Amino acid sequence: MRNLITLIGKELKLYFISPIAYVVGAVFLIIIGFLFYNIVVLFARQSLQFMRLQGMTPQLDIHEAVFRPTFLNMGVVLLLIMPILTMRLFSEEKKMKTTELLMTSPLTITEIVMGKYLAAFLVYSVFLALTFSMPLLIGVYSTIDWGPLGSSYLGLLLLGGAFLAVGLFASSLTENQIIAAVISFGILLCLWILSVAARTVGSESLGGFLNYLSLYEHLDHFIRGLVSTSDLIFYFSFIAFNLFLTHRVVESQRWK
Amino acid sequence: MIEVNQLTKRYGNITAIQDVTFRVEKGEILGFLGPNGAGKTTTMRILTGFIPATSGTAIVAGYDVFEHPMEVKRRIGYLPEQPPLYFDLTVTEYLKFIGKIKGIPRQKLPAALDRVIEQTGLKEVKGRLLGNLSRGFRQRVGLAQAMIHEPEVLILDEPTVGLDPKQIIEVRQLIKQQAGERTVILSSHILPEVTATCQRIVIIHEGKVVAVDTQERLSAQLRRSDKVGLVVRHASSDLLNKLQAIPGVLHVFQEPVSSSSPIGTSDEQRYLVESQLDHDVREELARCVVSQGCGLLEMKSFAMTLEEVFLRLTTEEQGFQAIDKGEV
Repeated sequence: MRNLITLIGKELKLYFISPIAYVVGAVFLIIIGFLFYNIVVLFARQSLQFMRLQGMTPQLDIHEAVFRPTFLNMGVVLLLIMPILTMRLFSEEKKMKTTELLMTSPLTITEIVMGKYLAAFLVYSVFLALTFSMPLLIGVYSTIDWGPLGSSYLGLLLLGGAFLAVGLFASSLTENQIIAAVISFGILLCLWILSVAARTVGSESLGGFLNYLSLYEHLDHFIRGLVSTSDLIFYFSFIAFNLFLTHRVVESQRWK
Repeated sequence: MIEVNQLTKRYGNITAIQDVTFRVEKGEILGFLGPNGAGKTTTMRILTGFIPATSGTAIVAGYDVFEHPMEVKRRIGYLPEQPPLYFDLTVTEYLKFIGKIKGIPRQKLPAALDRVIEQTGLKEVKGRLLGNLSRGFRQRVGLAQAMIHEPEVLILDEPTVGLDPKQIIEVRQLIKQQAGERTVILSSHILPEVTATCQRIVIIHEGKVVAVDTQERLSAQLRRSDKVGLVVRHASSDLLNKLQAIPGVLHVFQEPVSSSSPIGTSDEQRYLVESQLDHDVREELARCVVSQGCGLLEMKSFAMTLEEVFLRLTTEEQGFQAIDKGEV
């Protein structure tokens, strides 16, 4: 446990010493903030129109009209920035030959993999927590249904966690950070496209299966306020599978 | 303290090391000498548990490297060829991290940190980023990293590479100070480097151990003689004397063939013949053995390989003349 905390601490230090965490965080928050602003403005206009037409207070669902599109878009933005957050993790160690240091210290490979994963996850959690300023701002002027909002954040946390696990795996494959980032982009885009492919595939069972594999379909359930065990299991097993692959890759590199 | 037995490592078809066998006693400094690409780094990586061997065993500090890697890793300090540094950390931050992952208890960490910084002379740079340090300081941080948890065994891969002569002397002194307290293995491709620090030398060439001995005896043998190994069946009692009588032969050592040898039968005898340089006695040896009615099973020349290795070693150190003249 102490080893794990030490390793997480070291990764966090490296994240915040270099500009990576700040740049990625800033870009993420700016894009999300801009999207959110536009969606809110659009929503305000719509409500105004409704009031004029019907001459009464509109019964629009703020969660459905503002938060759902924001969070769905956030999923796409995450796809673009998460690989940047993870590309360094193993690639840099390999390039600087520090893998040898970690592997000859009394640490298990599981501790090394989990230390890196949890550090990246903590950084992401901070970013996500900062976006909570959006619902707080809306909450000042309107009433918010906190239930689906909470489940949305849970979904985003899990989606980001899944992205990070893919990114960590990609990083373990190569000592080139750019290649690591491109590999994780590729994998994540493929998983996104799956839900598109699911609609064009003729067979229903295959379509359902492809849909199940798509990371985004599960996110939408959470955003709609639905926390189901099957979605939770999907994300947890997806993350566990990727971490397991990473573990295997790191282990196998000793044998080469 | 360290027992390496018939260690072999293959990468696909390439054999990096083959049947490497040697021992290091507690408190001893062992030099691992060989030209570049001889298999020094591979052997050291196996000893540290970084890579597994294809076959053979290695026992470090009483634990088998393959069965109890964690116990071994706790007891060794390892400096790889390229010091494993995180360029974004300062010296102190880095060493603190190392101390923690090597398992130094929290209360003892500050003391260990002070001691190792003092030992390796890092006081003046302890607040600087590793990426901004010069080659010499990086190497010293690498040494500090290996010694911070006071390991029983120190494994140093080319510890003085890239240092200036003054730094080399400092590092050598540091390593020598560890003798007695710790067991040290250090590798080098420079002959004087090893003779300056090590009590015993293992010479490795093309993945095989060519010689294990003290420096004095190795160089004495080298200067004086060629070596020929003989395996003889039905050795008669006065064969030894007959062999010694051949002109040019200096010494004949007799040793029985170990019973574990696959073709070994009890009446086989192994001889090691030392002869003068430039005096090829092999023909005479063969004639002598056969004329005595003994069966000559095997004859091979040792000194040739050893010499070949020495020729490939760097035998001079640049800059040391300057030190000797007191110019540095």
